[in-house]
Amino acid sequence: MPRTQVQTRLNGVDVDFLCEPRQSLLEVLRDELGLTGAKEGCNNGNCGACSVIVNGRVVNSCCVLGVEVAGARVETIEGLAHGDKLHPLQQAFLDEAALQCGICTPGFIMASRALLEREPEPDEHRVRYWLAGNLCRCTGYDKIVKAVLGAAAELRDAPKQEVK
Amino acid sequence: MTTVEKPAYSVIGTRPVRPDGVEKVTGKAQYGADIRLSGMIFGRVLRSPHAHARILSIDTSAAEAHPGILAVLTYRDLPAAEDKMEELGESNINVKEASDNVLASDKVLYRGHAIAAVAAASPHVAEEALAKIKVEYEILPAVLDVRDAMREDAPLLNERRFTKSMGGVMSEKPSNIAAHNQFKGGDIDAAFADADVVIEREFTTSMVHQGYIEPQVSTASWNADGTLTIWTSTQGAFAVRGLVAEILRHPVSSIRVVPMEIGGGFGGKLPIYLDPVAALLSKKSGRPVKVSMSRTDVFEATGPTSGTHIRLKMAAKGDRITGVQAVLSYEAGAYPGSAVGAGAMCMLAPYNVENFQLDTYDVVVNRPKTAAYRAPGAPAAAFATESVVDEIARQLKIDPLEFRRKNASRQDTRNVMGVAFPRIGNEETLDAAINSPHYRAPIEGPNRGRGVASGFWFNGGMQSSVVAAVNTDGTINLVEGSTDIGGTRASLAMQLAETLGVAYETIRPVVVDTDSIGHNDVTGGSRTTFASGMAVFEAGMDIRRQMITRAAKLWSCTEDEVVYEDGGLRCLKDSTKELTFKELAAQSARTGGPIVGKASLIARGAGGAFATHIVDVEVDPDTGKVTILRYTAVQDVGTAIHPAYVEGQIQGGVVQGIGWALNEEYFYDESGRMVNSSFLDYRMPTALDVPNIDTIIVEVPNPGHPYGVRGVGEVPIVPPLAAIANAVADATGHRFTALPMSPRKVLEALDGLE
Repeated sequence: MPRTQVQTRLNGVDVDFLCEPRQSLLEVLRDELGLTGAKEGCNNGNCGACSVIVNGRVVNSCCVLGVEVAGARVETIEGLAHGDKLHPLQQAFLDEAALQCGICTPGFIMASRALLEREPEPDEHRVRYWLAGNLCRCTGYDKIVKAVLGAAAELRDAPKQEVK
Repeated sequence: MTTVEKPAYSVIGTRPVRPDGVEKVTGKAQYGADIRLSGMIFGRVLRSPHAHARILSIDTSAAEAHPGILAVLTYRDLPAAEDKMEELGESNINVKEASDNVLASDKVLYRGHAIAAVAAASPHVAEEALAKIKVEYEILPAVLDVRDAMREDAPLLNERRFTKSMGGVMSEKPSNIAAHNQFKGGDIDAAFADADVVIEREFTTSMVHQGYIEPQVSTASWNADGTLTIWTSTQGAFAVRGLVAEILRHPVSSIRVVPMEIGGGFGGKLPIYLDPVAALLSKKSGRPVKVSMSRTDVFEATGPTSGTHIRLKMAAKGDRITGVQAVLSYEAGAYPGSAVGAGAMCMLAPYNVENFQLDTYDVVVNRPKTAAYRAPGAPAAAFATESVVDEIARQLKIDPLEFRRKNASRQDTRNVMGVAFPRIGNEETLDAAINSPHYRAPIEGPNRGRGVASGFWFNGGMQSSVVAAVNTDGTINLVEGSTDIGGTRASLAMQLAETLGVAYETIRPVVVDTDSIGHNDVTGGSRTTFASGMAVFEAGMDIRRQMITRAAKLWSCTEDEVVYEDGGLRCLKDSTKELTFKELAAQSARTGGPIVGKASLIARGAGGAFATHIVDVEVDPDTGKVTILRYTAVQDVGTAIHPAYVEGQIQGGVVQGIGWALNEEYFYDESGRMVNSSFLDYRMPTALDVPNIDTIIVEVPNPGHPYGVRGVGEVPIVPPLAAIANAVADATGHRFTALPMSPRKVLEALDGLE
């Protein structure tokens, strides 16, 4: 199948890549660009393990075609930390023990980041509602919700950490 | 936290960040699907569309001719396997059945049964070629339900299978019942004749899946000299190596299995499916091959846990349970080996019952071969026991937890195998539940109810090996072979830090491949923190002994005169002579060379885990939806090494139990096709479906472990099924004996339509 050239801005850097029109953004990230932080759990938009942010919106990258991100801003888990400084969400997931196997963690962190960008002060119910598209089978969600609420508080107290 | 006789620890009981954490929150951790090798191609598997059929022919010629196809595989590429049991470490496998489950030969026994595989440079091309493989089937009648399969006239999955009963006696006629066993004690007839109350009920639970988020995936590279490397997502790299060696008739030493980070297992990643397929595709193509499953493949073709049917009759006299009779029938799936025995062995463990008769039936059906799922066998059995215990307590007008307390098993109570319990924390757990803020708070409001239930799991021991190398800067590399699914790198490093009296941060644990450490059994049975922890303790003591020898040499005294304490050494006869761990480590090159602690052991003395759960629910009479309002899980863990991960294990197990109780089930149409094989339709709990799960950690140290560890991960899934059913009964007056209690079923029951 012929491949299409696509230009996009990925984690703040201009990138071009070639992909088949049938390849999903998830396939492009993982197989063409070598970014394996987004995970495949279901490949049909049900589990959220492949969550990335496109133009500020959280999407299941398995349900977006690679060619669709032409000209878009794409953010993945690989772009979240600054050098060796973790994003407050990443640190909160570590401190709260909000991961066990960790396969869903990149998706949860990216979905949570999209939430906190829009709503800096969500309550517990709002966090649970927002994250209902991300499945975790290990933790029972308790510590994930606490980590997101904790990171939200941290980001509100130190908003400058978020500059990007 | 309730604590019994707990020593003062400096590292154990703290909540440090896990060693593998940063890689997992930054997306750098390498899971099974994340590996990419030079020249690697992709494999895909053709699966049966039928639940039961004879394979008449397989024609792969068109697939082989498809442009870009580099290898095609069928059962003909597998070595012929004998239909007999082989011992394999801790388990016995029938190699023919194991081989047939990898690639079917004569028959397909469930929809999704693997038949052929292809490999190509692109997974899309591989999928195109799969569509060109022609398989001729003779479709046979399928049997999907355990009770249907037990009928005399049921279609047989295997005409040469006979029922094996106690003492190895085989049935005269072939049957889908692979095995019948019995546990018996006391005199149940007398117990029932003499009882004040007798309640008999029938229970059913649906087949459910572990639901790990990472699908199975395996990558293999076969070299011309016969050496084979497999990178895979597994709970046990050594088990994969052994099974692949057995199925491919290949020497164990030629196979290296590299355990990648694992995206959940819960027992479902103990069996192998793709590893031999990837290996043979690699052998044929000369390229490394990665084979992965889709989510539908995972549902249809990997081991879920059994659907069950249980009939249970219980007698009580005064406030005592005096007798239990039960018949447990579990779906094994396509091949024998359900966890029905474990279910029977666990179901009465929380109670001191002298008179019992438990019959177990292991039954094959046209569904995927079942695998372990968190406390395998126990949740369905506890659903039956704990529902009837609740009903009897109500009938006797005794508080259900007080009733359990009066009948509680304790040290020296004999279990159904006739073995006396060592020190257990059952009563302490019940006391903590009775005194919990949750249980002491009233439950009020219409359509609301509260339920409680208890549960038991053995916890495992088995084999572990570790090596701990001391570096000259005082840090330590801890090499281990147990898959880390939920924080065991942390719990093992913490135990080593405690043993040596050094800081947790100085220890770097690493999980290595099968060439790089001695044998380790699987991460399963809640055994890793217990058994590998015991190995870590022994390796730490080995280091301490070596350091004492060296200090004695340096100080020209005897070893008896050197004391190791608080992460350092001192001389008893000369108080000026002291060395910290770090100072002595720095001198290793001058005192005898590298200091390396080692231990390989079979961990004996596993201590059983007891749990009691309390749940409040609200049932919507208009929609039938059951909402969990509040949940408290109380559990004896022995010693909580890392309390945050202990809580996490408990919370995760509870939420899986909530899914099992309320929503999850394999839904088959009449032809044996699973119609809900996606995460959208197989409805696992989301963050919005559950409240925070409160945990109360009870610590009754296990005398069989240097730090009192029991094991955590499994027992929390045992009580939720019955606890929620008991709560729904309290809320509605209707007792549900069939799971899941989905909105439709609840509504039908409330409307009297059941």
